[in-house]
Amino acid sequence: MPERKRLNPGQKLLLALVLAYLGLILALPLAALAVRALESGPGMLLAIFSDPAALEGLKLTLVLAGIALVGNGLVGVAAALVLVRHRFFGRGLLDTLVDLPLAVSPVMTGLAFLLLFGRGGWFEPWLTLAGIKVSFAFPGMVLATLFVTFPFTLREVAYVLLELGNDEEEAAVTLGASPWQTFLLVTLPNLRFGLGYGLVLTLARALGEFGAVLVIGGAISGQTQTATTFIYNALEERQTPAAYGMALILATASVLFLLSLEWIKRRRDKEK
Amino acid sequence: MSIRVDHLYKRFGDFVAVDDVSLEVESGELVAFLGPSGSGKSSILRIIAGLERADSGSVFFAGQAADHLHARARGVGFVFQHYALFRHMTVAQNIAFGLRVQGKSRADQGLRVHELLDLMGLAGLGERYPRQLSGGQRQRVALARALAPQPQVLLLDEPFGAVDARVREELRHWLRRLHDEVHVTSIFVTHDQEEAFSVADKVIVINRGRVEQAASPADILDHPATEFVARFIGDANVYEGKALGGVVPIGRLEIPAAGVTDGTEVSAVLRFYDLKFWKEDQGIARVVRTMTLGDRVKVEAVIDDGPVIYSQFPRRSSLLAGIEPGCRIHIEVTLARLYPKDAGILVSTTPPPA
Repeated sequence: MPERKRLNPGQKLLLALVLAYLGLILALPLAALAVRALESGPGMLLAIFSDPAALEGLKLTLVLAGIALVGNGLVGVAAALVLVRHRFFGRGLLDTLVDLPLAVSPVMTGLAFLLLFGRGGWFEPWLTLAGIKVSFAFPGMVLATLFVTFPFTLREVAYVLLELGNDEEEAAVTLGASPWQTFLLVTLPNLRFGLGYGLVLTLARALGEFGAVLVIGGAISGQTQTATTFIYNALEERQTPAAYGMALILATASVLFLLSLEWIKRRRDKEK
Repeated sequence: MSIRVDHLYKRFGDFVAVDDVSLEVESGELVAFLGPSGSGKSSILRIIAGLERADSGSVFFAGQAADHLHARARGVGFVFQHYALFRHMTVAQNIAFGLRVQGKSRADQGLRVHELLDLMGLAGLGERYPRQLSGGQRQRVALARALAPQPQVLLLDEPFGAVDARVREELRHWLRRLHDEVHVTSIFVTHDQEEAFSVADKVIVINRGRVEQAASPADILDHPATEFVARFIGDANVYEGKALGGVVPIGRLEIPAAGVTDGTEVSAVLRFYDLKFWKEDQGIARVVRTMTLGDRVKVEAVIDDGPVIYSQFPRRSSLLAGIEPGCRIHIEVTLARLYPKDAGILVSTTPPPA
């Protein structure tokens, strides 16, 4: 533990400003949510768990998050390996493109997918022919969720790979390990903290996604309504308890994510 | 297993790392690749291991071409400069790795791990993680891990570069002793001449991607084949001049150059210990400084009408009698090596070494 130093007045002022700022934008909103939830008592949660639409929404969100977790977990690791370990034409462009979902507004993402798969979209004729419905349906929402959560695992894993170098992999190869053995026994265990961190971020982003799934999915109750779009619709229909109840569930999930990120960081630092 | 390398070339972009290298290592030999950093010695080692692919040329193990063999199929143990231990595995798991991927039974793995822990003086450390070990211990774990699958060839890339001087000394003895016990054909890369000469049976001096000389340590010291070797090995004065009447005059110092055609431009390499200074008022140089370096004394003098010259004597040498800053001295060249300027190949030594 570093010794605590006395702060001079200037530093005290700065600290107070930072704390006030954090309180206003981080702590206060979460506190408001918690207070409101406590005021309404257990009835609010009951309102959620007895409402089939709410349960459907929650289930849909979990399924979407699960798909994003598996899909972008696998693709993220593979893409990170390719980006970090290989040199090829267009690598720089790809490296930039990967961050696109961070820069683009989710609403625009939803809109872009509509342009591809929606009425009059590029792929619509073929999809109609094949009898597949993408927009305002589950497949479209999967695509949108995969898109917005794409960079998280990839970036965390790529960062760790870069720091790691390939010495250990080369050592494994000279000891007779096959590419799969090298990956499973050496690369993957070394990636585990970065991968875990990236997966939690992916999960958090998928649970919280609103704009993209709203635009491409249309938030049809019981069909394409997710947890977040449920909150939005409930607020519009002045069903406040249901909205707060769902918000409380999502907020609890967020706190759990925060705690697991912190745990991963600590484990990682301990092994450094 | 013997190793032969034939006309190896390797470029990295515009940089030629390995430039037509051919060399041979006999079965059971312990060989050092010695050269300055960036000389290509590590690249040659990595090509032999199969970690790098040569642009052209071939590597032979026991006379069989190995170029088509993947690194994992070459049966080569490799020790990396920064250990490259598997950080999430214990020492025992690290050492067992090669056997594990071969599908050896747990019992066999355990036996071999035990054997190597003992051999390396690591007994009792099997359950530690690499981060809990000192640099010297880590390097011994890396060595044990490379030896566990009983490789035919052991390659070590700057194996003692990352540990401090005292541990380095200790590890050198280790490597030499280990080699005398295990007799696996070994090559290690180093930029430290003392390390190369004290450990290796044969030293291959490499500079700018080329082999300058391959010979025993004694031969390299006594018969440097090229100007680079003469300059690089041992401390030496290097002068450039023109032969004239059987000598190369450098100021008032005349370096013997019997048999060299007048007018030939040469580099003259004079090792510190191939020079004798003695006090003489009519001498040809003036002493500027004397420096005590442990058991040796280095003397710096300025040749009349010429450059600085250094020599080195044992501290208790009678030659040092009366030598002090400001005194005048005579210089005797007991051995000079002359290399024509463009060729860099030895043309004359005076007197010829026995």
